[in-house]
This record gives sequence, C-alpha cells and structure tokens, in this order.
Amino acid sequence: MIGFMQTLRLALQALVRNRSRSLLTMLGVVIGVAAVIVTVAIGTGAKTSVANQINGLGSNLVIVIPGSVQTSGARTGNGGASTLTVQDGLAIAKLPGVSAVSPAVNVRTQLIANGQNWQTTATGVAPTYTVVRSWDVVTGRFFTQAETADAAKVAVLGQTVVKQLFADGSNPIGRTVFVKNVPFTVIGTLSAKGQSGAGQDQDDTVLIPYTSALERLTGGTTVGTLMVSAVDGDHIAAVQSQITGLLEQRHAIASGQPDDFQVRNLQDIAQAASATASILGLLLAAVAAVSLLVGGIGIMNIMLVSVTERTREIGLRVALGARGAAILRQFLIEAVVLSTGGGALGVVLGVVGAAAIALFAKWPATVPISAVAMALAFSAAVGVFFGYWPARKAAALDPIRALRFE
Amino acid sequence: MTPVVDVRALRKVYQIEGGEDVVALRGVDLTIDPGEFVAVMGPSGSGKSTFMHIVGFLDRPTSGVYEFTGSNVSSLNADQLADVRSRALGFVFQAYNLLPRTTALENVELPMIYAGVPTATRRRAALEALDAVGLAKYAHHQPNQLSGGQQQRVAIARSIVNQPQLILADEPTGALDTTSSEEVMALFQRLNRERGMTVMLVTHEPDVAAHARRLVSFRDGVIVSDEPVREKVLV
Repeated sequence: MIGFMQTLRLALQALVRNRSRSLLTMLGVVIGVAAVIVTVAIGTGAKTSVANQINGLGSNLVIVIPGSVQTSGARTGNGGASTLTVQDGLAIAKLPGVSAVSPAVNVRTQLIANGQNWQTTATGVAPTYTVVRSWDVVTGRFFTQAETADAAKVAVLGQTVVKQLFADGSNPIGRTVFVKNVPFTVIGTLSAKGQSGAGQDQDDTVLIPYTSALERLTGGTTVGTLMVSAVDGDHIAAVQSQITGLLEQRHAIASGQPDDFQVRNLQDIAQAASATASILGLLLAAVAAVSLLVGGIGIMNIMLVSVTERTREIGLRVALGARGAAILRQFLIEAVVLSTGGGALGVVLGVVGAAAIALFAKWPATVPISAVAMALAFSAAVGVFFGYWPARKAAALDPIRALRFE
Repeated sequence: MTPVVDVRALRKVYQIEGGEDVVALRGVDLTIDPGEFVAVMGPSGSGKSTFMHIVGFLDRPTSGVYEFTGSNVSSLNADQLADVRSRALGFVFQAYNLLPRTTALENVELPMIYAGVPTATRRRAALEALDAVGLAKYAHHQPNQLSGGQQQRVAIARSIVNQPQLILADEPTGALDTTSSEEVMALFQRLNRERGMTVMLVTHEPDVAAHARRLVSFRDGVIVSDEPVREKVLV
C-alpha cells in the first residue's frame, strides 16, 4: 500500500520531469482563471462605480418635481408646471421619516467674475442641501440659516466654475461674482463630485440661498424641485407615499384627478443600474468560464496523450507492485496539481491584470476574495473532472501489454 | 523445504474474439525451490512468456494450481496480487524499463514506495542494492547517462531491493552486447550463489541459459525437458 503523500510525490516527480509540457498544459487553466479574475474584478468595479454614482446623487434621496399642466389644450411636460412652493417644502420637512429637505431653484445665467464669464446654472438651495446631496465645501463655508433668511448675496462655487472663472489660480473666496448682474460674494467652494449617472458635470454649478434666488433673480415664489432626504433606505417608500398624500391635500387635488407634481426616488434607477452592471459581470464571467472549460479540456487532452506515452511506465509501476488505485490516484493527482497550479498562477496573473486595468484605465477593479476562492475551487474541480477519465484509462491498462508497448 | 513456485496442471487459454481459442499453456507442472537458478527456454509461441507472466502475477491461469511459497495464490484478487508483486517479486525486463529523467537511486527506490517502506529505510536499501550491483557511485546518474549494461544493472538493483523471494528476468540480455551480457549474467550468478536468491530467467539464447543451474524447455505450451545445465558457464 502507498500513502497519499508518497503518491503526491510520485505525481510531482512525473510533472517536474516533463516541466515544459506541464507548464504548457497549465496554460489553458492559467488563462481561463486569469480571465475569470479580471472579468469579475471589472464587473465588481462596474457595480461599485455605479453604486458610488447613485450614492453621489444624495443619500436616500426622494425628489419632488412639478407635474404637467394643461393650458388651453397644450400640455407641458413634467416639471413644466410651477406648482411647488417653499411652504410645501417646509410641510414635508415636518413629516416623520424625513431628515432634511431643500428646495432647488434653477436659474440659467451668465456668470461674470475675475474678468471672465461663464454660462452655467445657479441653483438656489437651503443649507440642508449639503446633507441632502451628501456634498460639502472644500474651502470656505456653506451659507447659514441666517443668511438664507436674509436672502444674503453669498455664493458657493462648484469646481468647474472655479476652474473657468479663476483659471489664474487666484483664491475665489471673498471675490465678487455677478449672477444675472447681481453681485454675490463667494464664501466657499464645493468638493468635486464628477459626472452624474446621466453624464452631466455636477461641478458646473453655483449654489446660492434659495431666498436670494427667488427674491433677487426669478422674482417668483415657486421652486423647481424639492429634494428630500429620508432617514434611511427603509423609509424611502413610506416618505414617498406620505409626500404624495400631503401634497395632494395641500394642492387640493380631488381623488381621481391627476397630481400636479411627481415624487421620484433614485432607488429604482440605482437598482436598474446595478442590475445592468450585474448582467454585464455575469456575461463576462460566462465567457471566462468557457475559457476555463477549454483549459480543462486541454488538461484532459494532454493527460490522455500522457497516458498513452507513458504506457510502459504504467506497466512497470504495476509490475513493481502498484495497485490500480495507486495508478489512478497518481494520474488524478497529476491532473489536479496541473489544474490548481494553473489556477494559482491564473489568480496571480488575474490580480496583476486587474491592478493594471485599474491603474491605466482608471476603472475601479477590485478582486473579491470569494472570486479567488471560487476560481481555485473550480480549477481543482476541473482537474478532478477532466483528469478522471485518463486516470481510469491508465489504471485499467493490462500490465503485460503495457510493458510490451512500443 | 517449501518450494518458491509450485504449479500443477497449469493451463492458459486466450479467447480471441471471432476466432478460435489459443491455448498458450496446456498443463504445466513445475517446482522451483529456494536458491535455484532456472533458465526457461523455448521458441517464440512456446508459452514461456505466458508462463513467466503467470508466475509473476501479471496474468492468471485459466485452470490449474499455483502455490507461491506454500500458499495458493490462484484465488487472489488484483490488489492482493499487486501486493505480492511488491513484496515478494523482483522483475528485470529486456528493455530495462527505468523511469527516464530519474536518478538511478530514485529508480531503485520505486518498488519500496509501492511497498510502503519509510523514506529513510528506502534510501539506505536503495544505496545497498546499487552497491551490490557495483553501481554505488552512479546513484545520481540518470538512465541516459548510463550504458545499456549499467542500466540493466540498475534494473537488477531495483529487482532485489525489496529482498524478494523470486527474481523474474525476461530476456535480460536481449538488448545488450556480449560483454555487457556476460556482466549481467555474472551478476545474476553472484546474487544466486552469494545471496541465495532464487532466479527464474526467460531467454531464447542457449549461451545465456548456460549461466543457470537448471534448464527448462518449453514447446507448444508444455515442458519438453527439465534438466541440470550440463555445460555450465561460470563467470
């Protein structure tokens, strides 16, 4: 009888004796596993980046926009009506499950400052906007409740606006920027937020108190959007329905009549986006799995060739007292060592590849430990699965014929 | 004294698909006592190889009794036969059958691995066996660095390393020149005389057979003569 360790030694000896063939046999699995790791890393990275983008819009965000209105037969699109007021916002803020509310009053304007000009959108918001959008200043400060109450002429600039107006590198804080020819004092700059999920540059903005926007720029009382933050993700649906009820009551909308507003949350968008990313990841993983399968078939191929080539060696081993089971085990172990060895090399290659992609393509690529474990387990399984048949063949050889085999 | 090999009425019939049965052995009786050096001769097709395969547990008889060192082995299964091979038999082949790219030492160790001998013992026994065939200083050479005669002597070292009760040599000089043949046969004689090893040698060369002490001739599946070697060659 022969123990496992001895069989393992025999298998390793046989593999080392045929070094180049062993390495070439592994190559299929190496590439397969590396492909799996890289694609899973890219898939995970895509999911993370989508999740980051969605989170970047604001935490547990619910958006209320005006609905469509019909004026002498012509209907505007959603948002066309001017139905939402600051008072609506204040009422919503009192609802349970709501942590913060900020109106958003958008004013398209030509900014002038520092001898430069730039067209952008000035948005009138409340100080709670920093909470609602999870967005804070990097330099200076945001405006206060008091400044909002006073309709103070203060502004916080997005990074794109800073770049355009203060390209000379001068400090924008304390400088005057003209919004629709009204002078505002810059008190802070926002952190860079990058592109939104829809590809808009979120940093191309100027934030001013909504009171200033209404009183000094638009002269109206209605706001473009109400941005509401629920206390946590579980409350989003409840907050949504409460807002609907509250506004229907406030706007005196009879049941059965269409609402003059819409309440949206980003959860749906987030789910759709992450589902897309998941499908993409699955697709990539499927392609990678096929290449791993092909690698496994490669191992089977070589093992079959090897059994034929080593027929006399097998006959000799049997003549020297090897049981059929010992021969089977040796060939099976050889196959498993090849496939797991290939798997391990593939993991290394895959991790390096993922890191390279992350570095050069600026694409977040994280390799989950579970993927590594899966790849290794799967490649071992490939070895057992594709190694069994050749091993059986080897064990079933008739020693007399095997010894005479030329 | 219990014979090493005791066969009675041994028959072996090969069933060929779609053809007539081929009778390779038609009733063979033979006894080999410990310490004997038997040469088995015969033209090809005489049944001598089949006989050796059965004696070496590589094949099983169709009928008849085979007692090995006193116990009936006719009913053993494949695994039990493998165990007997690893413990009690040493094989030497015409083509040496050493593992390529493997040192002489590792080649000699191989039967002990299958016999479950611990590593340290294995190394020592393998070196002793190589010493017995005069190749101790070639322990770390690989087969392709050795001459044919040296390779066959490594194979002989491999066959004796488990202290077997019987050494079976199948045309061991078939691939060797005269000088190497003489060396190899001298080695068998020495192992037989000095260590009392029982050797059964299959050959078709009378010169080679003359090194043995007893000559058994096969023809058409039966033993036609069994006599002491008359013109004995001692090297």
